[in-house]
Amino acid sequence: MFRQLLLCSFLCLFVASCKREERKFSQPPAQFKSYDVTMSDVHPGSTGVQQPVKSASDEHAYDTNEGKRLFTQYNCSGCHANGGGGMGPPLMDAQWIYGSNTENIYSTIVEGRPNGMPSFRQKIPDAQLQQIVAYVKSMSGQLRKDVEPGRTDDMNARRSEQRTERKTPQQTTAPPQ
Amino acid sequence: MTSKTNTISRICQCLLALSVSSCGGIQNAVNPAGPQADSLSRLWWLMFTVCSVVFVLVLIAVLLALRNRTSEPPANTPPLLELPPEQQRRRRNAIISAVTVTAVILFVFLIVSYSAGRSLTADLAHKNGLTIDVTGHQWWWEVRYNDADASNIFTTANEIHIPVGVPVLFNLHGADVIHSFWVPNLGGKRDLIPGKNNSAWYQADKPGVFRGQCAEYCGLQHAQMALWIVAEPQDQFNAWRQSQTQTSMTPTTDSQKRGQQVFLSAPCVMCHAINGTPAGSNVGPNLTHIASRNTIAAATLSNTREHLAQWIKDSQSVKPGNKMPQNNLGEADLQALLDYLQSLK
Repeated sequence: MFRQLLLCSFLCLFVASCKREERKFSQPPAQFKSYDVTMSDVHPGSTGVQQPVKSASDEHAYDTNEGKRLFTQYNCSGCHANGGGGMGPPLMDAQWIYGSNTENIYSTIVEGRPNGMPSFRQKIPDAQLQQIVAYVKSMSGQLRKDVEPGRTDDMNARRSEQRTERKTPQQTTAPPQ
Repeated sequence: MTSKTNTISRICQCLLALSVSSCGGIQNAVNPAGPQADSLSRLWWLMFTVCSVVFVLVLIAVLLALRNRTSEPPANTPPLLELPPEQQRRRRNAIISAVTVTAVILFVFLIVSYSAGRSLTADLAHKNGLTIDVTGHQWWWEVRYNDADASNIFTTANEIHIPVGVPVLFNLHGADVIHSFWVPNLGGKRDLIPGKNNSAWYQADKPGVFRGQCAEYCGLQHAQMALWIVAEPQDQFNAWRQSQTQTSMTPTTDSQKRGQQVFLSAPCVMCHAINGTPAGSNVGPNLTHIASRNTIAAATLSNTREHLAQWIKDSQSVKPGNKMPQNNLGEADLQALLDYLQSLK
């Protein structure tokens, strides 16, 4: 009896591994949208802090890997290097000047930020933006480990996203403008 | 009964037609158009002929043995433990001669295939009548014509023009994963490996259009990663090369001008380059002379207005998983963009 149970549980394990992440290539073309971004706890009127936006890409290994590819191909690495920062701030640490939520990173890319971050409005389709946002989050270990990229094809200046230390995002002040 | 015979004869006809159809064609190793493919196809025909003869001889030997088999010994005879000396001698002779013939054939094959292999790879440094850098991307080919004069260097994609009778040296690189460059009518295949420089040379002895295909599984759209080699006389090639080194056409009509603005303000500009405009990214194929090419999307679609529109709007329906995003352009913007792209001769 015990043996049969053991066998059954093994079989269940095998079946569980059959579920494969689905890659949706033929989604309807994404609309450009803009998130309402709250930067501080002080807000006019009675509207409370909005719920953070949930992005499907944050739970999708293929999307974060595509984000990693786009991060290089769209030359984000030109200023942020491979997350370590250069001309632009590092993205692999816990310090977030303009917020670490999906909608914050999204609007940082779409609208640009003072002191150098250009605006990519209309230049990057929404689906790709979500992939890049997911990847940016993975660089400081904010996503699930099995979703984060596990290896890199370039020389390793740091650990892969999967092996990055988990960090708790902290808000820092924006630099003087 | 007749219907069964009919079916069998029809199947035979189909097989015959298939075997004959593979003897011509634009992507065919036994229809050589250059010295390399020639030596490869001669090697193939030699091996095919010899192996066929051996196969037929073995079949005949088996049939003879079946026909001349000795009759069953009567019951209650003690089993024969040893063959009579005469039979033993014949058997030994047969085995020795068959082994000798096999060894000789294999040795001849070894020599012939070694010398054919040498002829493909030897003397690479002197095969540089023209040097072309080919980079394999998922899932298209980047083609860069090198020249000592920097103003003659240009980049195109998926369509390689070469002059007839000139050895062309290909420097092969991989941008993401391993691909393999193979144009069967011109020669053998060679891998494009990221981080490694590989070389191969081809020569076309007659003008023509030959299809090449990625020959190393490289992901979802490996099957749709093809290229064309256009072999043309030297003067035609020179004219083509001259036109490719020019910067892109300046838009003339209002629609083309609007199309250029659409291109520069839409996601197109993030990946594609059009020389002579601010678009300069090398992530996707260079579109400076897109209208001069016969196909788009790595020889997946012919280069027509409808196909271009389909590809721009929803390339994922043509090649699922390819790196070109779907684009959400308005109808007027799309038509203007098509006008502009089609003017880029």
